[in-house]
Amino acid sequence: MNVSRRQFLWRLLPLIAVMTFVLTGCGDETLSALKPKGPVAHEQLFLMGLSLAVMIFVFVVVMAIYIYVLVRFRKRKGQEGIPKQVEGNHVLEIVWTVIPIILLIIIAIPSVTATFNQARDLKNDKDAIHIKVTGHQFWWQFEYPDYGIVTAQDLVIPVGKKVAFELTSADVNHSFWIPSLGGKLDTNPGMTNTFYLQADEPNVYKGECAELCGASHALMYFKVNAVSQADFDQWVNKMKAPPAVVPASAQKGEQLFKENCMSCHSVGVNGLSFGPNLNGFASREKIAGILEHNDENLKKWLSDPQGVKPGNKMVLSNKLTPEQVDELVKYLDTLK
Amino acid sequence: MAHAHVKRYSGIMDWLTTVDHKKIAILYFTAGGFFFLLGGLEALLIRLQLMYPDQHLFVGDTYNQILTMHGTTMIFLAAMPLLFGFMNAVVPLQIGARDVAFPFVNSLGFWLFFAGGVLMNTSWFLGGAPDAGWTGYAPLSTDAYTGRGTDFYVLGLQIAGIGTLIGGINFLVTIVNMRAPGMTFMRMPLFTWTSFITSTIILFAFPAITVGLVELMFDRIFNGNFFEVSKGGNVVLWQHLFWIFGHPEVYILILPAFGIISEVVSTFSKKRLFGYSSMVFATILIGFLSFMVWAHHMFTVGMGPVANAIFGIATMTIAVPTGVKIFNWLFTLWGGQIRFTTANLWAIGFIPTFVIGGMTGVMLAVPPADYQYHDSYFVIAHFHYVIVGGLIFSVFAGLYYWWPKMFGRLLNEGLGKLHFWTFFIGFHLCFFPQHFLGLMGMPRRYFTFMPGEGLDEGNFLSTIGALLMGVGTIVLLVNIVATSVKKPHAAADPWDARTLEWSIPSPAPEYNFKQTPLVRGLDAFWKEKMAGNKEMTPAEPLGPIHMPSPSILPFIMSIGLFIAGYGFMYRTFVVSIIGIGITLICMLLRSVFDDHGFHIEVEELQDKGAKA
Repeated sequence: MNVSRRQFLWRLLPLIAVMTFVLTGCGDETLSALKPKGPVAHEQLFLMGLSLAVMIFVFVVVMAIYIYVLVRFRKRKGQEGIPKQVEGNHVLEIVWTVIPIILLIIIAIPSVTATFNQARDLKNDKDAIHIKVTGHQFWWQFEYPDYGIVTAQDLVIPVGKKVAFELTSADVNHSFWIPSLGGKLDTNPGMTNTFYLQADEPNVYKGECAELCGASHALMYFKVNAVSQADFDQWVNKMKAPPAVVPASAQKGEQLFKENCMSCHSVGVNGLSFGPNLNGFASREKIAGILEHNDENLKKWLSDPQGVKPGNKMVLSNKLTPEQVDELVKYLDTLK
Repeated sequence: MAHAHVKRYSGIMDWLTTVDHKKIAILYFTAGGFFFLLGGLEALLIRLQLMYPDQHLFVGDTYNQILTMHGTTMIFLAAMPLLFGFMNAVVPLQIGARDVAFPFVNSLGFWLFFAGGVLMNTSWFLGGAPDAGWTGYAPLSTDAYTGRGTDFYVLGLQIAGIGTLIGGINFLVTIVNMRAPGMTFMRMPLFTWTSFITSTIILFAFPAITVGLVELMFDRIFNGNFFEVSKGGNVVLWQHLFWIFGHPEVYILILPAFGIISEVVSTFSKKRLFGYSSMVFATILIGFLSFMVWAHHMFTVGMGPVANAIFGIATMTIAVPTGVKIFNWLFTLWGGQIRFTTANLWAIGFIPTFVIGGMTGVMLAVPPADYQYHDSYFVIAHFHYVIVGGLIFSVFAGLYYWWPKMFGRLLNEGLGKLHFWTFFIGFHLCFFPQHFLGLMGMPRRYFTFMPGEGLDEGNFLSTIGALLMGVGTIVLLVNIVATSVKKPHAAADPWDARTLEWSIPSPAPEYNFKQTPLVRGLDAFWKEKMAGNKEMTPAEPLGPIHMPSPSILPFIMSIGLFIAGYGFMYRTFVVSIIGIGITLICMLLRSVFDDHGFHIEVEELQDKGAKA
């Protein structure tokens, strides 16, 4: 039995390859599950291709019978009489029960193997990068316990290394999804979920929230910056360095920040805060995960955060004047 | 006390007090049809917002309300009532009975569903609709994160849910107890079999969601902590309770659809159903397995590889009996004399569409692949293929097929074909691209998407498809209106069909069968026709027929619970007590005053006479 199953699989393999090929070439380099950029996503795409290939085989058989039947046995003009009434056919019944079971076994075996493979707990793996993710309405907090770094919205990881995630939520269910690197895992309050991903190519990948979490569920993007090991080390050092001295032009902004923003946003390495940690904010791809990072958008965000991301928790007790906004922007621009 | 005081109402009172399964069917179709249009409108609003990237037609919480109501309305207030409409219109006739086992309770089931549906939709005018998705995951759906809109969901579904549970029990008892002499279980038509298994699923699945809703209600209104993590609650509990209901629910939706397809395909190929016993066995197996797979909706929750692997394999196994059914339909058509009436076009359109939905279902059953698919547009594509392509296509097939039996008129075939082609093409145009949108990284329940990520074309095409489906639906409405103004003159058996409902006039008389028929085999009416008989052999002499009396109590009981619902939602418990009190008083009246029904005398039967 094993031999014929393997033979079947070998014959199926080129079809799977074709399927996988057909499915690729679709979508954005940094967002599409059809353009895998890491081993987890690759394994998942293979399973998609395998199950699709088997299912297409079934579809072709069904459609062949279907089309034949509709053409051959349609009622012709003037056709009379009653066709032969057939109760059934035991052989056929057995055939179309047993063959699907075999096909499902072909899909099931690699599926179960991969399920266990991808559930490996890398908590104690010295080679892996360990990151604690906390989902919030509507932003992502990233903590690197091995390096003592807390940041938000932009996740920086080295290429070619397993990244072991511990996921939880501070409020409702969210789901942590980086399609280019692999499937998602939910972040639930009161629980910690673990999985791992890996990026094999340097790029800035898109991360999304994939569980309805409120008004700004669709705006809860995050970025995954996969960089070389050297660049990653440099980033770690930069994040751990004490904050740079604030130039004179930004000191007014710094003061405003301390008065209005510090209660929720910390700017230190170890700062766990109610709102996103802003250490390194000026280097982030986006503002609030959604706006292109430039001064004009930063002013837009500070003037009316609710307008940009309805329902988010950044509610300013005193609305900022345009002058205050300008000063704050100057300060925030220094947070490299 | 009995036939001396025959209560007969007319006009609106007739509809409010009816316990006649045929009229209740029409009530279900009308209400279900109305909610189908409402849900369809919600769908069009969603698709218009997603036609182009970064639009601002409906954003944020407004969008979440529309998507929640679209799902909730379509599943609970459109699909289920339409199926109950068919079960009411057809099952008693197919088994040779004069009504269901509990006609009063049948009416109650309808009015409770209607009360729940209306209650939920008043939310639009009372501060906003529910907005946590039709799945209402906690803790988003607790009062810590969502406002009163979710109360409408919690109360409305509990009320409508009681109606469904009642309906399920009713049909279980009816099918077990009221089959005509000679109709053994293995001589029942497939639609009756699927209604029977569906009713069993309802019986076991609805209590699960009721428990979940009661717990959510306690959390929201009475300071419960079932889903409050800081007090020891667990948010995943909601998901388990919801899906232990939710997965069997989708089989509640699809099994009657399978039954309709079996009837239509058989009639219009002029052949008995191929592999009847296998079809029955496959239906029972699907019903059983439907309770074994719920956690495939939770692969990404973090249950661990053992649970994921087990549920993945269990899910794949459902493909086997379902595949058996597809092949049996194809071989029913094989060797037949296929007529392409509109009803059969829908059945024929169903086959490849549902098969595609089944294919993506098997793909979704692979847990690691599902880690990518889950909560993306791939899942939306899958379930619309099976629910719309499966269920709704079958509903349309059933409408064109049984319309003459219900209304004495035939829907126009020309308009029917136009309806079919616009809706069918629109459907595939709408949902096929969504498979790719999901694979390319578009999550579900997103009110917008960014330009330049490869998602623009798919979303645009999808919206065009949705608009085309809207056009098709309008064609159906035109057909219904145009048909209603004609005089009823359909034959008893316009399709030269096989089952008992076609042996009585169109529309069916009030008492269904002048004399209960004697059933001599599967496809009871066809068997008589092949033996050279124009009518069924009666199993009893002509005599007065005992009928159940109409009653206003079910309507009032539903109003009572409707009022109670508002009391709970607004935390004004005096109102709840009054509402529940109204319902209890009606129940007391029903228990204390014996209803002996009334009789239709033989003279009235012979006056009414059957049309040839």
